[in-house]
Amino acid sequence: MNILVCIKQVPDTKIIKVNPKTNTLDRSSAPAILNPYDAHAVEEAVRLREIHGGKVIVLSMGPPQARNAIRKCVEIGADEGYLISDRRFAGADTLATSYALFKAIEKLQHEQGIDLVLCGKHAIDGDTGQVGPGIARRMEIPPLTNVIKVEEVDLEGGKLKVRRKIENGYELIQSSLPCLLTVEKEINEVAYSPLPNMLRAARYEPTVWTVDDLDDVDIKQLGLKGSPTIVGKMWPPEKSSGAEMIEGEAKEQVEKLLAITLEKRELFGVKGGEK
Amino acid sequence: MSEKFDVIVVGAGPAGTSCAYTAAKNGLKVLLIERGEYPGAKNVMGGILYRKQLEEIIPEFWKEAPIERPVVEQRFWFLDKESMITTSYKGLEWAKEPYNNFTVLRAKFDKWFANKAVEQGALLINETVATECIVEDGKVVGVRTDRPDGEVYADVVVLADGVNSLLAKQLGFHKEWKPNEVALTVMEVLKLPSKTINERFNVKDGQGVSVEIFGDATHGILGTGFLYTNKDSVNIGVGTTLSGMMKKKLKPYELLEHVKQHPMIQPYIEGSETQEYLAHLIPEGGFNSVPKLVGNGVIVTGDAAQFVNAIHREGSNMAMSSGKIAAETIVKAKETGDFSERTLDSYRTEIYDSFIGKDLKKYKDAAHTFEENPQYFQEYVPLMNQAMNTFFTVDGTPKWEKQKKIIAKMTAGRGKIGLAKDMYKAWKAVK
Repeated sequence: MNILVCIKQVPDTKIIKVNPKTNTLDRSSAPAILNPYDAHAVEEAVRLREIHGGKVIVLSMGPPQARNAIRKCVEIGADEGYLISDRRFAGADTLATSYALFKAIEKLQHEQGIDLVLCGKHAIDGDTGQVGPGIARRMEIPPLTNVIKVEEVDLEGGKLKVRRKIENGYELIQSSLPCLLTVEKEINEVAYSPLPNMLRAARYEPTVWTVDDLDDVDIKQLGLKGSPTIVGKMWPPEKSSGAEMIEGEAKEQVEKLLAITLEKRELFGVKGGEK
Repeated sequence: MSEKFDVIVVGAGPAGTSCAYTAAKNGLKVLLIERGEYPGAKNVMGGILYRKQLEEIIPEFWKEAPIERPVVEQRFWFLDKESMITTSYKGLEWAKEPYNNFTVLRAKFDKWFANKAVEQGALLINETVATECIVEDGKVVGVRTDRPDGEVYADVVVLADGVNSLLAKQLGFHKEWKPNEVALTVMEVLKLPSKTINERFNVKDGQGVSVEIFGDATHGILGTGFLYTNKDSVNIGVGTTLSGMMKKKLKPYELLEHVKQHPMIQPYIEGSETQEYLAHLIPEGGFNSVPKLVGNGVIVTGDAAQFVNAIHREGSNMAMSSGKIAAETIVKAKETGDFSERTLDSYRTEIYDSFIGKDLKKYKDAAHTFEENPQYFQEYVPLMNQAMNTFFTVDGTPKWEKQKKIIAKMTAGRGKIGLAKDMYKAWKAVK
């Protein structure tokens, strides 16, 4: 079973700074890392390969430095990595990105066959979660988002069963293969990579494709030109106002709290009680 | 089957990277193992990079290395509570090639340097801890790491794993360092606009200042403070022996806070924003603490070998030179295929013939003398300040009377003979 994993190199948003004038991310302020959700996707692919054979192929779009993110995937256990990198891809929104990745997947599909596509739930720099489903739509395969467990893979029967996280629980879904899964962090723990993987990754050079290496590309659908998204305005979320501290003896505190509760019933009377 | 390299270098700091660079450049198959997320992520020093030793490895490195500012002025401050005596040398010839030394931020510099070793063909792996040397028939033949299937082999293992060097300790090359053999340095990187730095330190862009601070900075414990200018930040820190800190029951951050609040220092850093807080042990045992340096298939370099000149605050340069000498030793050994202790021992003799051995020997008693005689920092620095105050305060007292007063004060504590003895002792320690 050949599994393709789409991954992205992102700035580490735990430490990134926001430019106070433009409200845009100052990407130079944070180191570039492999999108954490994607690491879980690669790990899942590696685990599935251990059971079902085949190989794990990683694909990314980005600047040449994104090769480091692909090397990280090789550390986790990916077999091959491809990077599509070209100025003509630059400035892409999720529509143009999913188109570009789709064109690369088409080529890989043609060359080696793809049985399953995995993506992280979303990238931590944009949080849209649109690229995965966008690729599935273009490939005309079912997208299964927010997957927390792969229950069963039936290669001969051409189907798999997964557990999806939904609002108030989970659901079990069966799909035909090939399909596309986007995964949550709960799906697995990324294992501490064995040393041979580290050595292989340090030496690994991903295959880099430009637009010209892909077939039948509609240039108009790439990069900034192919991106209808317009960012109207950006602002930091409003900081919530400070909490009110209730002080005094225990008895006083309880009384004050009760008074507030009775006064602002709407805050508490959600279920079961009168509104 | 585990892989075999010509050399495994443990630790991608100045020593390890120099070794990896030199060995790879000479065609050896090199593996460089770093425990941090990237080289430099865990490395700390005050921030002065000396030119000479790196230049011997990478000529004209300053054209591409991420340096902050070339240092054009070295200042020395002798602090009392509300006063200081300063002395300095400023030379604009240090602002031009070939420069004297530079300020650097280690997180950036080490990453760049390790990348140069990779360009030469060394294989670098991060986030991997070498947990022990693999010893077979009394020979070190590789290292075991904390990763699954984590064994890897080599003709020679170079230990550049820093001050604590667990690997050298496991091999029995040294015992746990005593509290007076290591200093603790705590420092902060404080963000300041470059324009503010230029104004406060009286320099232009591309010019930096290093300030070494004695006396009240360390509450009289043996040690010094420092203040170095980067492009748009300053490094401020203080280093003292662990034993001194234990004796005075001081906490490291309290000491640093004391330095930052000192009325002579505070105006330089006013309005700055703390960007990083760093703390690290510095091996300052000197000549007498140097461990066994060579074994069958193994060489110890850099901080792991206690190659630090505490008096002149040199360490990274010694680390680089020792790494280079280690690599050259291995290249030579490779020709005969003999990696025994006897062959590799030329590393030890070369180290002792180089400035590393000579400088360590010159100052072998210095730190101990100053530690056992706290009066140098506790008494003489304040006395010197008081003398200056007496001499320069215009109050109608005739100057010769002032001189008499000063001499009386200077000798009050320890007497004329005591003073003379102290001066002789200090001179002997650094002569």
